Amino acid sequence: MTLEAVARGRGRRALRRRTVLTVLGVLVAALYAINLMFGKTFYPPDDIVRVILGERVPGATFTVGTLRLPRATLALLAGVCFGLGGVTFQTMLRNPLASPDIIGISSGASAAAAFAIVTLGLSESATSAFAIAAGLGVALIIYLLSFRDGVAGTRLVLIGIGMAAMLESATSYVLSTASQWDLQEVLRWLTGSLNGTTWGETVPVAIALLLLGPLLLSQGRNLFMLQLGDDMAAALGVRLELTRLLLIVAAVGLIAFATAACGPIAFVAFLAGPIAARIIGPGASLLVPSALVGALLVLVADFAGQYAFSIRYPVGVVTGVLGAPYLIYLLIRTNRAGGSL
Amino acid sequence: MTAEHSLQVENLTLGYKDRVVISELDLPIPPGKITAIVGANACGKSTLLRSMSRLLAPRTGHVLLDGRQVHRMPAKELARTLGLLPQSPIAPEGITVADLVGRGRNPHQRMLSRWSAQDDLAVATALDATHTGDLADRAVDELSGGQRQRVWIAMALAQQTDVLLLDEPTTFLDVSHQVEVLDLLTDLNASRGTTIVMVLHDLNLAARYADHLIALADGTVHAAGPPGDVLTEDCVRAVFGLDSRVIEDPTSGKPLMLPLGRHHVSSTLT
Repeated sequence: MTLEAVARGRGRRALRRRTVLTVLGVLVAALYAINLMFGKTFYPPDDIVRVILGERVPGATFTVGTLRLPRATLALLAGVCFGLGGVTFQTMLRNPLASPDIIGISSGASAAAAFAIVTLGLSESATSAFAIAAGLGVALIIYLLSFRDGVAGTRLVLIGIGMAAMLESATSYVLSTASQWDLQEVLRWLTGSLNGTTWGETVPVAIALLLLGPLLLSQGRNLFMLQLGDDMAAALGVRLELTRLLLIVAAVGLIAFATAACGPIAFVAFLAGPIAARIIGPGASLLVPSALVGALLVLVADFAGQYAFSIRYPVGVVTGVLGAPYLIYLLIRTNRAGGSL
Repeated sequence: MTAEHSLQVENLTLGYKDRVVISELDLPIPPGKITAIVGANACGKSTLLRSMSRLLAPRTGHVLLDGRQVHRMPAKELARTLGLLPQSPIAPEGITVADLVGRGRNPHQRMLSRWSAQDDLAVATALDATHTGDLADRAVDELSGGQRQRVWIAMALAQQTDVLLLDEPTTFLDVSHQVEVLDLLTDLNASRGTTIVMVLHDLNLAARYADHLIALADGTVHAAGPPGDVLTEDCVRAVFGLDSRVIEDPTSGKPLMLPLGRHHVSSTLT
């Protein structure tokens, strides 16, 4: 009897998971298509398909092929990267505030990228490499600074928030030395923007996701076990050090590549996991749903930022407006009791 | 399932930073029996248990499971033979009892393998054994302390290990739930021959439920053996620095320790 109840309950939760993932997948695909079709000029789906297949369509080849396609693709990929990186840190440290964009890892990548472009004048690939190295470096520094008989989530978060503030002021300083005509580019490093995206920015993110995404997913089950606490996870056969190392490298890599391409799109990494957890229900693995939620957030926010208001806002401004109230809510709640994801 | 495994601690030294907690400890664990470890606060009980389940690397010596060093064994292989219930495991927010117990199946699953009927069976058996079957779809957060502890034990049972280590499984439970948990572990030992090693605070419950009692003091074994031999007035004084009377427990025939404090003691005893 218990056996039937167990199997039935599991079946019910698996069905909910499949349903949620399908709905999210369809929404992401729909938003991607909308981002390609709509704009100042509307292009029907068959024009879009023809452009993607490489045919020349007057007007559409430039507007869709050169402007919208790389932009929407980067929105999708960066959203996935932020969603995966964010939920990995939040789960690993069992603290919803421990997202890379709160604890300074995104800020590190963003400061390094701004420095590389504005001050050093590096190429796109060199900038990416520089941003990734900085992201990893900052992660390492935060980890070492918060280490005292193991790493406590709250201490790491506080040190990370301080680190983020320092790095953001470094970014502001670098930007103040930038020339006037770089302003559009400059905005990218402050809040994150997809304006003027080309394939040159999109392709490195796609490659990073192809390499690091599977690595992260391969550790999905171990990450899932870490929710029970380090001791319990280890007792259930998780190799803690190896798992942590792989998770950190993959998550920081994804965040840094995405940040190098479009700046630290505010709060996407921070919001994707908790939203995914809310809709998929407790006790489920969060990696894939968070990736989809992240993509959805960026696609919606970029579309809204471009067309919903009389002025065009960069995507990071829109996500920032969405994310800030949630951050305040979490800070209040964590102050009252130890919160966890 | 009923295979008996030898678990042995040899010349084990453990510590954190420059503090040595356990020094050069030799300790055989009798297979197929219930062993309770008692001792004063901070005497290294939990540290010893953590090292036996390879959560803490030894400074010297080793922990041997069937003659193999646990710190060299593949993590999942060890987790199929030896389970640990730590002192304060964390239940993810909102998780259902069945899901939590299902996590105990991790060492039996491969990276890409799907959930099997065997996993369902193990979970259901564990729920039945701990009388938590009717809680299967409830959220763990909503349960009482006693229910929650039974659920954690169910998770350890779903792991299907022949050796089970428990770090203070009865802490924070009222007396009826303490007895319930210890009865449950005794059932498990009797029906499956599971070797059980637990750290316990309550000396009298330890003496009643354990086949083998280990009294730790200052990082070494003060005494080890059947509770009747170990729990003596001298032992309590040496281990806890406390005067006591030890009498025969009229309900079980095991030793029963009565502490002698400075107050409320008849003058004939002091």
